Amino acid sequence: MAVEITQVLLNAQSVDASARKYAEESLNQFQDQNLPSFFLALSGELANNDKPVDSRKLAGLILKNTLDAKEQHRKNDLIQRWLSLDMFVKAQVKGCLLQTLSSPVSDARSTASQVIAKVAGIELPHKQWPELISTLLSNIQQQQSHVKQATLETLGYLCEEVSPDFVDQDQVNKILTAVVQGMNASEVNNDVRLSATRALYNALGFAQANFSNDMERDYLMRVVCEATLTPELKIRQAAFECLVAISSSYYDKLGSYMQDIFIITAKAVKEDEEPVALQAIEFWSSICDEEIDILDEYGSDFSADSDTPCFYFIRQALPALVPMLLDTLLKQEEDQDLDEGAWNIAMAGGTCLGLVARTVGDDIVPLVMPFIEENISKPDWRQREAATYAFGSILEGPSPEKLTPTINVALNFMLTALINDPNNHVKDTTAWTVGRIFEFMHGPTVEIPVRTILSVLLQCMKDVPNVAEKACGALYFLARGCEVVGSASPLSPLFADIIQALLSVTHREDAGESRLRTAAYETLNEVVRCATDETTPIVMQLVPVIMVELHRTLEAQKLTSDEREKQNELQGLLCGCLQVIIQKLGSAEPTKYTFLQYTDQMMDLFLRVFACRNATVHEEAMLAIGALAYAAGHNFLKYMQGFYPYLEMGLQNFEEYQVCAITVGVVGDLCRALDDKILPFCDGIMTHLLKDLSSNQLHRSVKPPIFSCFGDIALAIGENFEKYLIYAMPMLQSAAELSTLVAEADDEMIEYTNQLRNGILEAHSGILQGFKNSPKTQLLMPYASNILQFLDSLYNEKDMDDIVMKAAVGVLGDLADTLGANAGPLISQSVSSKDFLEECLASDEHLIKESAQWAKFAVSRAISG
Amino acid sequence: MAPHELRRPFKRPAISDQQRRRDLALIRQTQQRSDSQNRARRLASSLFDLPSHSFPDACQADFPDNVDVGYAIALEQSPELEASSPTVRHLDFVQASKLKGSAARHWFARQLMLTEWMIDVPPNLDRDWYVFARPAGKRCFVVSSNGSTVSRLRNGSVLHHFPSSLPNGARTKEISAPSHVYCILDCIFHEPDQTYYVIDMVCWRGYSLYDCSAEFRFFWLNSKLSETGACNPPSTYHRYRFSVVPIYDCNRIGLHKAYTGGFAFVKDGLLFYNRHAHYQTGNTPLALVWKDELCSQYVLDTDSEGHVPAEQQVVLELQDDGKLTTSDDPPILFGCLEKEIIQKAGNFLRFSVIDECVRIVDGKLELGDLKFVGKANRARAFADSYSKVFFQYTARHSPLQFQDLIASLDPNLDENSESNDMEMID
Repeated sequence: MAVEITQVLLNAQSVDASARKYAEESLNQFQDQNLPSFFLALSGELANNDKPVDSRKLAGLILKNTLDAKEQHRKNDLIQRWLSLDMFVKAQVKGCLLQTLSSPVSDARSTASQVIAKVAGIELPHKQWPELISTLLSNIQQQQSHVKQATLETLGYLCEEVSPDFVDQDQVNKILTAVVQGMNASEVNNDVRLSATRALYNALGFAQANFSNDMERDYLMRVVCEATLTPELKIRQAAFECLVAISSSYYDKLGSYMQDIFIITAKAVKEDEEPVALQAIEFWSSICDEEIDILDEYGSDFSADSDTPCFYFIRQALPALVPMLLDTLLKQEEDQDLDEGAWNIAMAGGTCLGLVARTVGDDIVPLVMPFIEENISKPDWRQREAATYAFGSILEGPSPEKLTPTINVALNFMLTALINDPNNHVKDTTAWTVGRIFEFMHGPTVEIPVRTILSVLLQCMKDVPNVAEKACGALYFLARGCEVVGSASPLSPLFADIIQALLSVTHREDAGESRLRTAAYETLNEVVRCATDETTPIVMQLVPVIMVELHRTLEAQKLTSDEREKQNELQGLLCGCLQVIIQKLGSAEPTKYTFLQYTDQMMDLFLRVFACRNATVHEEAMLAIGALAYAAGHNFLKYMQGFYPYLEMGLQNFEEYQVCAITVGVVGDLCRALDDKILPFCDGIMTHLLKDLSSNQLHRSVKPPIFSCFGDIALAIGENFEKYLIYAMPMLQSAAELSTLVAEADDEMIEYTNQLRNGILEAHSGILQGFKNSPKTQLLMPYASNILQFLDSLYNEKDMDDIVMKAAVGVLGDLADTLGANAGPLISQSVSSKDFLEECLASDEHLIKESAQWAKFAVSRAISG
Repeated sequence: MAPHELRRPFKRPAISDQQRRRDLALIRQTQQRSDSQNRARRLASSLFDLPSHSFPDACQADFPDNVDVGYAIALEQSPELEASSPTVRHLDFVQASKLKGSAARHWFARQLMLTEWMIDVPPNLDRDWYVFARPAGKRCFVVSSNGSTVSRLRNGSVLHHFPSSLPNGARTKEISAPSHVYCILDCIFHEPDQTYYVIDMVCWRGYSLYDCSAEFRFFWLNSKLSETGACNPPSTYHRYRFSVVPIYDCNRIGLHKAYTGGFAFVKDGLLFYNRHAHYQTGNTPLALVWKDELCSQYVLDTDSEGHVPAEQQVVLELQDDGKLTTSDDPPILFGCLEKEIIQKAGNFLRFSVIDECVRIVDGKLELGDLKFVGKANRARAFADSYSKVFFQYTARHSPLQFQDLIASLDPNLDENSESNDMEMID
């Protein structure tokens, strides 16, 4: 094989499909049969300067892919495989990789540097390859620029792959010194400077200590700022990227540099080429992100223990920053609204302006209003559009009081522009701005009658797709603002017209452009959601209409893959729409009975939709069925036989875990709809749920809902849950142990842990309540002490949220309620029945208190016998 | 290391409707799971869960057994409500509270749980029952909602309309509860100290307690009522004081305390509640009343002048076919009227019992011939119940005595009773 590897690698890139296929197969075979030789052959190929560049590159790429994968479980397998490889083989592979860094072929060097980083990502956390960093650093001392460049690139990738925890400060200092040296103006080779600058971007995460030292920080900042002024565009761009990264990682260290940074960024925004200017604007957007987060978290008052104080950089820069951003708005590109991927300086500037408005609130209004007034009526469309975009951008942030006087004038003006302005771009931005007005200002602040607004929007929905899409969006937010429970909705008089107009939009020939059809259906959903008693009959009439549409998509035959994709998208939208209608009509008693006549036909359609095997569609249909089952109650039983295979399919969908999660939720709906009639299906469902729980392929977010689902099942089938106890209880037990052993977790982990706990507790509640009054209650006695221990440990951990607290005290009550006097002694020994219960009884949270009072009652009865 | 993507969302709402659909579905499922849990814990508010609007075409919805048809009748008599008849299984309290005049009286007259009179001692009195002294006064339903409180007598008529500290019981500046929240209490209004003595809790803050055991209702009553300030002395926004009645386990000590103990109120007999029984509208054998001269001034029925008539009198309901029946469900037949008398009769008629004609067959009371006295008081909404007629009869001849109650107790159960009392009395 070794002899012919070059040819195989070349064949694998051949234009001839069969040659390609054969080559791929033999590579796979090679890998399966003799992994060490496979690694050696590929690394040898990569290192060999006599081989063609294409085979070397692919060899490196395959190496990279045998060391890493996107899916966590596969990644873990690959890591283990590498670690267990023979020491000498690994040493030889690593030797080849390092050797390649000196190759005259730049593609080979670059590929090798990525593979080195992957190996480092595996080995450094295991304290292997300790000499790597010093070897790389000594490379840099070499005179040859191309070796220097490749080594700096390798250091960059290494910093991206390896966590700072596994590199000691001494080495970090050396890496930073090498990188900064490479960035320095004294470095004459631009490739070296560029690689060094990009390496710094990744190394910033390692520089915590250096940024806390004034002298080192000053030096780092000076080098970065100088790099933003080099003649080479790519270096300037990379240097600004470093600034952006610094703004979020070291926000609190920026104070003394802000003045200089403003000058640098303003110059770049004004004069530099777009890629650089975009990064310069991004710097300010990123500062806004930081300050918005800080202000969100602490409000306006900071206590001494706040993590990061707000330095109000944006507020201080405001008088200069706003004019700079307003200038960018006039640099629109023609037809940018028709290009999904467009991103230019005008778009970035407006986005940043919106963030500034959210950061400073009212203060931005007087700075922007003159610009709007000056430009809004100009003959040049660029000026009108810029003025409108500026207005739309600052609607979120300032207080309604500050904006209301302007809004009513502006809205009048804009409704006219929507009909009369000759420019597509202006109309697009105007419709978007009108939507923003309703998004943030809805309700009594708008003086113009809803009827007038509606007639303009309905007309606008006939305009070109991008404008019509924005008009749909505006209607979405208008409808959302009208969602007033009980009282008459201002949409009611035109309700039928609105529905009709939206349906017409979905039928437009060009509805596939600019996301128009999606927007129309999403708006239709929102309109349905806010239907009142007066208008639900119209929603009822919509049911057969949407069903016919869905039926039509299922009849279409012989589609190209492109057409099929569009068809799937449409099915997803229609199922989503039906789901919203089911929720609306099925939740109110008066409409429910009439609506449920359609159940047969609807289920028939949904089952056919499942046959399409598209994740999004599957998900939408699943959610719709859940809502339908709950509305139909016991009557849903007759559909179970047909539906069950798809339910199983959903529960086994590890890849598209959203589908799996939603299916788990639907099992809960079915339990509540069918009660004990779900029993015949429970063996299968429980088997899949247990498999899901033990799988390391399934996304972890699905696991808490699965536990809750155990509770749903137990509550539905009562003592019949008996046969699942021996499987479910140990799972609950080990998950419980895991969830109380979370040390030093970040916010995300704490949140997940609490979700997990809540799931476990809901499972226990359901099981305990399910067995209540059953002669088999004693089957739960063996688990009582573990459950109580879990509650006690939750109480001792002190980090549960309100939801968990309520669930936990509820379980205490359920346990006492179901097991009664038998568990009395156990209960009275537990901390939960005393301190925890007391704490819950004293809670300000109504729901916790309520559960606690109930628990107290159950506990006192159990203890007193 | 290519330049990093920095495109931000442009002219798009931040949340997609698809995500919104997912979120709303999750909220719905969480809510429904919690409803199921609450039902399992018997804390559900299912009785009152219907929406406030409804369609006429779904009128024929079936009423479950536990709902009194009186409501349907009331609606027929109330033209302004015909357009929005009930469509669902459960009666809507919110709707009922909108009923006016006779319709309202008709509905409320059927919502109280009515005690039977104790004719013989139920088994396991000490294990399964509570005992407490019944305050003398008018039995009524007290309902707080929408910022006011209304009390209605057993016949459905309004006793007081007043502000109270019950949740949503008064329009005060500080809102004590969300507007949809309401409470229903089963009370006795005690004239001398102008106090409502709460003897049962039917709904609290919108939670229905109908399906809860008496044990739980009393527990809830004792822990919840005082929280609201309803037990405080009267003030501007709280016209009448509410108070709880000490409830005892029905053992020797509890019985003695209830029977001989001194209370803030004038006693009118003893009430016995089975601790497992749910709140059931209408007559129930799981709540009993017993009286003798020592604990009540009103053992024997009096006439409108307050005199005890020489002969026992009963009020019976005249059916269309001339049958005379009690208020029980199903009604007990006590006689028949001749055609000519029916002409002049109202619904409720008063008769004298002729002692010589009365017989007790297999423990059942038969009155035999009755002497017609006249129409009953206009305020009457019910005939006498069978147990009342029976109790009145035995009270005149061989009354059930306190000693009989004590004698029925299991002497072994007395020791560990003390602690339970304290639990319930709070």
